Parts: sequence; C-alpha cells; structure tokens
Amino acid sequence: MSTGTYTQLLDLACGVFLLAAVLVLWRRELTAFVRLFAVQGVALAAIAALSGIHEHRFELLAVAVGILVLRAGVLPYLMRRVLATSGETRETEPLVNVAASLLTAAALTLLAYAAARPLVELAPSPATRALPVGLAVVLIGFFTLVTRRRALAQAVGFLLLDNGITAVAFLATSGVPPIVELGVSFDVLLAVLVLQILTTRIHATFGGTDIDDLRELHD
Amino acid sequence: MSAVGTVAVLAQIVVVVAGAPLLTGLMRQVRARMEGRAGAGVGQPWRDLRKLLRKQPITPVGTGPAFRLAPLLLVATTLVVAALVPLASTATPVRDSADLLVVVTLLALGTVILALAGLDTGTAFGGMGASREMTVVALVEPTILLSVVALSIPAGSTNLPTIVAHGVHDPARLASPASLLAGVALAVVTLAETGRLPVDNPSTHLELTMIHEAMILEYAGPDLALIELGAQMRLTVLLGLLTSLFVPWGIATGTAAAALPLALALFAGKVALLGAGLAAAEVFWAKMRLFKVPELLTGSFLLALLAVGASFFLPGN
Repeated sequence: MSTGTYTQLLDLACGVFLLAAVLVLWRRELTAFVRLFAVQGVALAAIAALSGIHEHRFELLAVAVGILVLRAGVLPYLMRRVLATSGETRETEPLVNVAASLLTAAALTLLAYAAARPLVELAPSPATRALPVGLAVVLIGFFTLVTRRRALAQAVGFLLLDNGITAVAFLATSGVPPIVELGVSFDVLLAVLVLQILTTRIHATFGGTDIDDLRELHD
Repeated sequence: MSAVGTVAVLAQIVVVVAGAPLLTGLMRQVRARMEGRAGAGVGQPWRDLRKLLRKQPITPVGTGPAFRLAPLLLVATTLVVAALVPLASTATPVRDSADLLVVVTLLALGTVILALAGLDTGTAFGGMGASREMTVVALVEPTILLSVVALSIPAGSTNLPTIVAHGVHDPARLASPASLLAGVALAVVTLAETGRLPVDNPSTHLELTMIHEAMILEYAGPDLALIELGAQMRLTVLLGLLTSLFVPWGIATGTAAAALPLALALFAGKVALLGAGLAAAEVFWAKMRLFKVPELLTGSFLLALLAVGASFFLPGN
C-alpha cells in the first residue's frame, strides 16, 4: 500500500473513531449507544490493521481481528442483552444537557489537540499526528462516564475510555505486542461481564438502572 | 475566456430561476408519491407563481418600506449568489468576487431582510416568526463560518472557484475526515437555512410550529410570488453549492465551450437527485420541537469545529 493511501485510510478511520465518540453524547437512545460503540470498534480494528500492514508486522492483523470480534461483536452483544432485560430505552436526564455536552466535547477535543502537540512534535508521522484523536476519545469517554446516569450509558463511557487508550497505544507505538493486547482485551471483557451482573442487580433492586438511586451502603 | 465565462454566468442564472420552481415541484411530487397521493405535478409551483403574479398587489395598512422592499431584495441577493457560486463553471468573469464569505453574507442578508419584513407588519405572527428565524440564524452562522474555514484550509483560499477547482483536481481530498465532517455540518445547516424538515415544516400554517411561513403570512399577489420564488431559488442555490463543494465532477474548469452544456446538465441532474433524496428522507422525518433545534444546531457546530481540527491535525499527506 502506498503511503498516500495509507495516510488517507488512517485519517478516515480516525475520523470515524472520533465521530462515533462524539455522537454518543448527541444521542439519547441506549440502543444507539451500543450501535455507535460497535462502529467505533470497527474503526479501531481498521486502525490496528492499517498500522500492521504499513509496518509489515502481520501479527498486528491477528490483533485487529481480535479487536473486531471483541469490540464490534461480543461486547455490543452483551450490552444488547442487558438492554433487553432492563427494558430501558433512553438516557432521560443526563446531568449535563445535550447541547452543553456537545460544546464540552468540542472543548475537550481542542484540549486533547493542545496537550498532544509536544508528543506529535517528537516524531511527526501520519500515525502520531492522529494521536490527539485517541486522547480526545479518552476525555470524551471520561466525560460520558461522569455525566450519564444510566448504568449502560456509564458502561459505554468506560468502554470509550478504553477504546481511546487502545487507539493511543496503536498510534503512538505502531502496535502493542499481541500478548499485552490479549491481556487488556480479557480485562475489558471481564469488566463488562461484571458491569452486566451489576446492572441486572441494580435493576432487580430498584426497578431501574439510575446510578443516583445508589445512595446508601448496606452490608 | 470572457465570452464563454459570461455565457456560463448567464446560463447559471437562467437555470436557477427557471429550475427552482421545478425543483420544488419535483420534491413535492416525490413526497406525494411516497405518501400514496397522486401529487399536483412537477409544474405546479410555476402555475402557482403565474397565478400570483396576475393578482393585484396589496400591502397591509401601516407597513413601511421594509415590507415592500423585502421580496425584491430577497430575490436580488439570491440572484447575485446564483451568479457567484460556481455551479457550472469555475472560470467566470466574477470568479475573483466569489468568496465563500461573500456568498454566506449575501444569503444571511436575505434572511435578515425577510425577518425585518416580518417585524414590519406589526402582527403577532410576523414578530414571532422573525424572532424564531433570528434564533436559528444566530446558531447557523457560526457553523457555516467554521465549515468554510475547514474547507478553505486544504485549498489555501476562501475563494469558491479555487476550492471547487481544487476538489475537481484532487478528488482524494473530498474523502478526508475534514471534508466529510464539514459536509455533514453544512448539510444540516442548509436544512435549517432553507426551512426544511426537521427544523421547519414548509407545508404547514400551524402557528405553533411555523418559522418561515409566519414571517410571510401578510404577503399576497406578486410580492408573495417573489418571496416564494426567492425561497425556492435559495434552496436550489444551497443544494447546488453543496454539490459543487462535495461532488464537483463535471464542473467546467477551463474555457472550452463544449464543457458548458454538459456541466449545466450535470448540475441540474445532481441537484434534482439531491432534492429528490431530501424529499424522500423528509417523508420519514418528524419536525423537531423548537426547543430541540438548538441541540441539532449545536451538534452541527461541533462537527464543523471537529472539521477545522481535523484539517489541521489530520492533514493527509
């Protein structure tokens, strides 16, 4: 693949990656969250595959396939199951309203660009130049985690955060070793399984998954 | 150059004026067929205009010059935009004046004039429509300006023919994240500017929802015909601008006379296709509540801002 095509495709994948994170803040339907997360997983797998092909490190292709299966297949499937059992469809009252969330996302993206400037200047290349995208997704994921109330929305926020960290790893180091990626993936899978059980328990106890209901500690 | 260029500008104006009512007719017809109605035919807006132009001009008591001049100014600004925007050719005599900022300002001028006319009538509906329109415009303008900046960075100029010619010669640029994001932002803004669903419903006179129709409620006869024509031309020009910026293939960039008819036919085809697609999509959309509109427009502002960021930080090669 020529450098020009590689740069174009990488930029496109990074654009989709960032856009999916931003759209999570825009939408209210919980099913849309899951769908956007799956789209972001595909974009992340594309980033991994592209850097693998560009660097001629073909074990990265295996990592990309793993990411695709886990983040665009298994995790959305698990979240859809939670959604079906909980019967909730909308993030009704986020702590920060949608318009303000979108403006905050804009500010966070600019912050990510500003913060990543020194890193990019260390070794300018198409991949490192896209580094701010990964950082922006980390910040947006954290923001989602803080401001959304439904348990599933918070799980998506956590996963956005993790997607962002993975993307930064791929863009900055042109690919982490498969064993590390495997460890991280299992970690995430386990976290989502725990969150799934937790969500079901919250729903069984309170009849909803609003985290604000968890006010008292019992033994 | 000047002969072919002048012909190109005149042809653009003629095609926009003659085609705008036909485009509206086509969109209504597509919508009618998809809703299971027979529809009035593609030529109906022209027949409406002819009927209105034959009527006696009437102005309400107490209205001033703002009310009387607004239809003329609306059509005039839109005509200038139709001449400036490179719809069929980028090598026109007016190419040096065709700055994207000028085009945006002229379109905004038309909107403001119409809002002033709405206020001038002194009726509750006119004032309400004007206030709503100004709310929407205040949110739309920053988005347009940011999208313009994002599009002008790769081309190195805010000159519209330069940007379009750049797109024709370097098509890969059109698939870059910056261009795609700016495209989506501009598309949302176009819907808001032309008063289409989901921001405004062009086919209703229900007081709770209307924006554009509330401002022009007091117009009748030839004035109403001009306003209708102006609104239809604005839709045509804005859709044409979108196609020129994002699917510029076929636009004449040289001085060859043979390329011009092809470019005009392609322009008409692309805008008709886009309009029909928009009408088909509108069948499935509901009008948004007025208080939800800022949310949509903030979203498109964010996309435009990301487009600017992407054009700096994901610069391609």
